[in-house]
Amino acid sequence: MLMWSTKSFTRVCSFAACLCFISPASAAWKTGDSLPELSGFQLEGKVPSDLKGKVVLLDFWASWCAPCKASFPAMNDLQKKYADQGLVIIGINVDEKSAAMEKFLKGTPASFTTVRDAGHKLVSAADVATMPTSFLVDRSGKIRQVHTGYNGNSTKQQYQKEIEELLKEQ
Amino acid sequence: MKRTKFFLLAMAVLGGFGAGCTNVKPWERGYLAEQIMMPDRDPVADRLSEHVYFSREAAASGRSVGGGGCGCN
Repeated sequence: MLMWSTKSFTRVCSFAACLCFISPASAAWKTGDSLPELSGFQLEGKVPSDLKGKVVLLDFWASWCAPCKASFPAMNDLQKKYADQGLVIIGINVDEKSAAMEKFLKGTPASFTTVRDAGHKLVSAADVATMPTSFLVDRSGKIRQVHTGYNGNSTKQQYQKEIEELLKEQ
Repeated sequence: MKRTKFFLLAMAVLGGFGAGCTNVKPWERGYLAEQIMMPDRDPVADRLSEHVYFSREAAASGRSVGGGGCGCN
């Protein structure tokens, strides 16, 4: 009986250890997916209601994320340069505390729309792999590009090239 | 009786392992990224520790790498 118990106990332990390596199935947004209606995610702040027919850059960021901070001047430039042609940039903040977001925005102002995903509903649906992650959405509402991280000028140029291509599409 | 005890023990082990299986998502790393969470946040204390390691164990460096759990690079 003791032998049986030891064997079974070892099995249970092995099974439990294996459990630690299992992560839930990922349902991350990918290119070709349609961007869901943002109004259904209880975001704090005003989401632009007229996204139909616009090129949208949806960027997930946090105040504690250094590359996110580095990406803000580039996104401000993009917003300034392409807003007239139909680009809408929406920054989705995922900070635990709204005060952290407000403090960040005082030091690093954003000229684009910024809303807060306080309940982490939207970011959980997107299931982003890193911070920052951004999704470039075409005029028909389909995700065309996914950017993870921010690598300075090279990412900015990449954004610019892709945005220009999407803006040309009607 | 023995089976019940075994079952309870197995459940306790499963529970124990399960408690350590938390996945911190990239957007939940705000607290990990705080200054207080950095193991090498105090340069004076670092120097002191390094000195102790060096004097007593003839060991040097090999401390933690930078980054506070941002998960961005």
